[in-house]
Amino acid sequence: MAALTKDPGTATAPPPSAAGTRRRSFPAWRWVILLLAGIYFLLPLYAALRFAGFKAFGSVFTTQGFGSALWLSVRLAAVTWLITMVLMVPTTIYVHLRLPGVRRLLETITILPIVIPPVVLIIGVLQVMPLALRSTVWMLALEYVVLAMPFAYRALDAGLRAIDVKTLTEASGSLGAGWLTTMWRVLLPNLRTAVLSATILIVALVLGEFTMASLDLQQTFPVWIVLFDQENAQISVAASIFALLVTWLFLMLITVVATRQSRRTGGGEVTLFTVAPRETIGN
Amino acid sequence: MPTNELAGNETTAAKAATGIAWTGGADGAHTGTSVSLRSLTRAFGATRALDEMSLDIAPGELVALLGPSGCGKTTALRIVAGFEFADSGEVLIDGRDVSAVPASKRDMGMVFQSYSLFPNMNALDNVAFGLRMRKVGGMDRRKRAAELLDMVGLAPQAGQYPHQLSGGQQQRVALARALAIEPRVLLLDEPLSALDAKVRLQLREQIRTLQQRLGTTTLFVTHDQEEALSMADRVGVMRAGRLEQVADPAELYSRPATAFVAEFVGTMNRLPAELGAQPINGASSVTVLGTTVPAQPGGPDSGPVDALIRPENLTVKAAAGGNGIVTNRTFLGAVTRVAVRLSGDTEVSVDVASTLALEMAPGTAVEVGLPATPVLVAPRAS
Repeated sequence: MAALTKDPGTATAPPPSAAGTRRRSFPAWRWVILLLAGIYFLLPLYAALRFAGFKAFGSVFTTQGFGSALWLSVRLAAVTWLITMVLMVPTTIYVHLRLPGVRRLLETITILPIVIPPVVLIIGVLQVMPLALRSTVWMLALEYVVLAMPFAYRALDAGLRAIDVKTLTEASGSLGAGWLTTMWRVLLPNLRTAVLSATILIVALVLGEFTMASLDLQQTFPVWIVLFDQENAQISVAASIFALLVTWLFLMLITVVATRQSRRTGGGEVTLFTVAPRETIGN
Repeated sequence: MPTNELAGNETTAAKAATGIAWTGGADGAHTGTSVSLRSLTRAFGATRALDEMSLDIAPGELVALLGPSGCGKTTALRIVAGFEFADSGEVLIDGRDVSAVPASKRDMGMVFQSYSLFPNMNALDNVAFGLRMRKVGGMDRRKRAAELLDMVGLAPQAGQYPHQLSGGQQQRVALARALAIEPRVLLLDEPLSALDAKVRLQLREQIRTLQQRLGTTTLFVTHDQEEALSMADRVGVMRAGRLEQVADPAELYSRPATAFVAEFVGTMNRLPAELGAQPINGASSVTVLGTTVPAQPGGPDSGPVDALIRPENLTVKAAAGGNGIVTNRTFLGAVTRVAVRLSGDTEVSVDVASTLALEMAPGTAVEVGLPATPVLVAPRAS
C-alpha cells in the first residue's frame, strides 16, 4: 500500500547535474533503512512464493471454490462501493456547505467503526438485523459500508477541502444550474481524485476482510483462502499471492488514471488519505 | 505574471461588443433592468448586517457599494443574488419582487472575489456553462462562448484550464461567463481584490467599458474607494448596515454628507474648530485656524467640533513665525503632500504644487490657512 503514495518531489526528474549531486549525497543510513524495510516486506512474499512453488499457480484457477469466492468478493466490493458513495458523497458535500460546525462531530462518528472491533460490530448487527436480510450475502455488504465509512469520509473530506465548494456551488447556481446538475457537472468531476482514493480503500478493505465474512458464514475470497488452507496449503498460498497481485495491479491502475486526470485539470495527487490541494495560482 | 496581459485588448473588446447584437443590451441603457432594494434588514445573531437599507438602481447604471469590511455591502449583494435572504424588506427587479425566486432562476451574472471557475472545464466550457443550463444547442453555445471570450480578449486561451490561466485572466473568463447568459443584472463581488495593482487597474477599465457598451445594470461591491470612484455612476457608502450617502463620485468627494463618508473617501484633515455666534449668509459660522468661514449645513449646532478639510483645500506657505512646522513631505508628481504639525499637536496634510514645496523642507516654519469656502463640521473625535 505504501507504494501508492507517490511523493510529488520524486515524480519530476531533476536536471542531470542535480541528479548527480543528489545521488552522491544520498547517505548510507538511508540505504540501510531501505534495505531493512525491503526485507521486512519482501521476505514473507519470497517465503510464500518458495512455499507455494510455481506449480501451485497453475492449478489455482481450476481449484473448486476459487472462482465463486473471488466473484463474490468482487460483487461485494462493487455493492459496498455503490452504497457508500450514494450515502457519503451527498452527506459530506452537504456538511461542508451547510453544516460546517458538524464536521468535527462527523469525524468522531466516522472513526467509531475503526475503534470498535469487528467482532463486536458483527454481534451487534446479528442482534438487530431482520431475519430476511440475515440470510443473504447483501447483509455483509451493508456491514462493509459501515467499515468503509471512515476511509470514504476522510478521502471525500480531504477532496472537498481542496476545492472552494461554496463559491463553485454559488457560481453554478447563479448560472442556472439546479442541485443535481451542480453536483454532477461541477462538484463530482472535481472530486474525482477523492472518489478514486475512496474507491482504492474500499476495494482493498472488502478484498481483505475476514472476521465479518467468516462470522456471517459467507465464503468470500479471504474466507475461502483460510478454509482451503487446511486442504491444500500450497494452493491456498498461491491464491493469496495471486489476490495480492490482482489488487495491487488494480490499485496502480486507478492511481495512474487518477493522477493523469488530475494533472490535466490541475488537481491534486492521488494518495490514500489526502488530496494535496491545488497549487495556489498567482496573478 | 504577464504585466502586459491586457495591452491591446481594448480594440478587441470594442469590436466584439458592437458585434454581439444578440445580447439585446448593446443599444444602451433604456433596455436594461431596474433594481430596487426596499428596507432590507438582515441580522446574523446579535449583529445587524443590514439595517433598513434601501437603494434604487436605474437601468444600465453601475452602482458601487463602498464600505469597510463588515458594513453589510456583501450581504446586500448576496441577497440580490439570491444566496442570502433578508429578514424583512424586498428586492424588486423591474418592479417585481424576486424574494421567493431561487438564485438559479434570477438571471443574474455574478463575478466572485475568489477564483470561481470550474477547474474541470476549460475556459470555453466555463463560459458556455450558463448557456448549456439554458439548453442552448452545442454549436450555438460554443459560438457564443467564443464571442464572449474574444470580447474579454481571451480567444487564444479558450482551450486552457483555469489552473493554466493567470489570476487576471481567470477573472476575465469569469466576467465572460457571467455576461454569457445575458444577465438582467451583473453582480460584482470585489472581483479585483485578489489581483495585483497593475492588472487590477487594467481590468477595472475593461469591466467599465464592457458594462457601458452592453448597458447591463450592475451592482459592484468593493472596499477600495479608488475602484468605486473611478468605475461607478453612483457610489453608495455603507456603514453598519446602513447607506450613509448615495451620490455620484464627484459629489461624494466634494460634498460628503457625513463625517464618516468624508473620512472614508479620500484623505481628510480634522482641525479643531469653534462654532461662531453670528451666522454668515444664513449658515452657521465656524472658526478654523483663525479664519471664520461658513459651515456646511447638517453639522452639529453646539459642543466641541472639528472642521473636516481636504489636503488640496488648505494653503501653506513658508513663513517665519507661522502657525506650524513641516514634519514631512511626499512627492506625488505634480503635487507634493506636505505634513505640518500645528500648535496644539494637530497634524495636517496639505497639497501644494511641487515647485512651491521645494522651499518646505522638514523643519521649516510655515503658515497654514484656508480659503473662505464652506467647510464640513463634525463633533470632535475623542
